[in-house]
Amino acid sequence: MMSIQVSAVLIVAAILFVLGFIGVLTRKNILFMLISVEIMLNAAGLAFVAASAKWQQADGQVMFLFILAMAAAEVSVGLALVLQIYHQYKTLDIEKLNALKDE
Amino acid sequence: MEVLFCISSLVAILSTVMVITRLNPVHALLYLVVSFMSVAMIFLSLGAPFMAVLEVIVYAGAIIVLFIFVTMMLNLGKETAEQERNWLKPRVWVGPSLLAAVLLAEMIILLTKGQPGSMQVTVVDPKKVALSLYGEYIIALELVGFLMIAGIVGAAHIGKHRKKTFHRFLEDEAETEQQLKADYHDVHTG
Repeated sequence: MMSIQVSAVLIVAAILFVLGFIGVLTRKNILFMLISVEIMLNAAGLAFVAASAKWQQADGQVMFLFILAMAAAEVSVGLALVLQIYHQYKTLDIEKLNALKDE
Repeated sequence: MEVLFCISSLVAILSTVMVITRLNPVHALLYLVVSFMSVAMIFLSLGAPFMAVLEVIVYAGAIIVLFIFVTMMLNLGKETAEQERNWLKPRVWVGPSLLAAVLLAEMIILLTKGQPGSMQVTVVDPKKVALSLYGEYIIALELVGFLMIAGIVGAAHIGKHRKKTFHRFLEDEAETEQQLKADYHDVHTG
């Protein structure tokens, strides 16, 4: 029987989440920001599965399923928005998409 | 098995670093596939084989394919990579990365401060997951169905490309037709 430190799994999840967070903060391309959001959702799912393994309950895995469905819905709407933005503005630079900016 | 977990988490972290530093979107997506695969390996070593399979099918299959479709439709090429290189100046990314690294360090300290708990990994089989999903979580499952429908309808509505211009053969014809209509209107209203 193998044993894994709980904190090790949670640290890996935290590192992945922070990497996705850095991606959202630093990239200016909407496509890369969406990719980074996917990484963050995946890291959250990893934490849930780790909790499920810790207590040997199925609830964490059920939550991961919900995260999976939410990520799929989010990415389809987000990519449709990206396509529409590209058609209208011919750019993916978030600095240029400032129509709602308060002057 | 501990070794398996360590290797796959190392691969996951490295490939995720590569994802957020690539300039070309397609390269980033390829590294993202590697990242999702290694997270699936972590799930397998945590005793969640069904989640590992779903990770590969849904994330590495469906979501990556969507991203690749959009990348191909946008036709992002060399100039995009050049643009990204201009955007990714150190003074742009150093500040946010340092602040996020501070948060990460705090979190790691908090996680390692607690009493060390090691878990015995036993496989939680899909049957248990399914019974829980269709038993106590049935309301949430139906809400997820609503969410998926909303996602489909939203994507279809937002992604609809309204054609503003006519085909080049029809353009003249449409213009003359409109002109004729305007003339007709003018004549008949005086």
